[in-house]
Amino acid sequence: MSMLRTYTLGFILSLVLTIAAFVVVGDHVRTGHAIPPHYVAVPILIGLALVQLFVQLTFFLHLGEERKPRWSLALLVLALVVVCILVGGTLWIMNTLAHQQMQAPPDMFEEEDISPSALHE
Amino acid sequence: MISDHSKDKVVFGFWVYLMSDCVLFAGLFATYAVLQGATFGAATLEELVSLPFVFVETLLLLTSSFTVGLALLAAHHRKKIWTLVGLGVTLLLGLAFLAMEASEFMHLVAEGNGPNASAFLSAFFTLLGTHGVHVALGALWMLILMAHVLLKGLTTGTVRKLVLLSLFWHFLDIIWIFIFTFVYLLGALALV
Repeated sequence: MSMLRTYTLGFILSLVLTIAAFVVVGDHVRTGHAIPPHYVAVPILIGLALVQLFVQLTFFLHLGEERKPRWSLALLVLALVVVCILVGGTLWIMNTLAHQQMQAPPDMFEEEDISPSALHE
Repeated sequence: MISDHSKDKVVFGFWVYLMSDCVLFAGLFATYAVLQGATFGAATLEELVSLPFVFVETLLLLTSSFTVGLALLAAHHRKKIWTLVGLGVTLLLGLAFLAMEASEFMHLVAEGNGPNASAFLSAFFTLLGTHGVHVALGALWMLILMAHVLLKGLTTGTVRKLVLLSLFWHFLDIIWIFIFTFVYLLGALALV
């Protein structure tokens, strides 16, 4: 019954990782967003999520036990690449856009000398 | 279990579907990440989130992911009663999760924080709602398969259907890891 052990181990590990993530955020909120600071809490939470992803892929979906050629794994890697391009690319584009929109209008007014205040003079 | 069926085209085909579903969720996550700050004067996630509530939801779904694995294990050993017990427990946990999510949604809408309140809430309801619909369809599928096991017993075909269902259910829990981390926990940190 080694499969039973695999599922139980995966469940316990996922449980520990989940509780750890909630404890980090619980402490952070209780201390008035001070401890742990954002630059520590964010990497910890993302790290815990990625470890739990790995744990569940290994112990629940048994990806590691797949025989060669590992098509399921290959497809998963492809999907992860697409996900990274999609999410990362979207955030990159939209943040750059938001950043530029915040700056552009005043510059444009000054260059053309058509700022609303100038027209009234 | 992928390892037992590496030559099974049906299981691999289903895996292809799951990976494409992954990309669908990636689109919704990207939308949410972009619109997160666009609260338009309405509530932010920090004001709406109740960590103990989300924690219980997470435990329900995680435990159900474990029990569906146990049900599949029982099915591989051709133990009909235990397969049905495992599926039954999984179904109840899944329904409890759905009930909690539905009550959260109704509570939000009743307080004027429905999907039409801000771009942030639209993205929130779309992402969470899509996951919820997946869980609901999975629960329906599970109910049908339980009837199947009860009437036809654990034939090779039935066990393979259970393999697909368990893959689907584990996948939904994996999506939930990212929802509770990126939506609820990082939202509760109040970064913006």
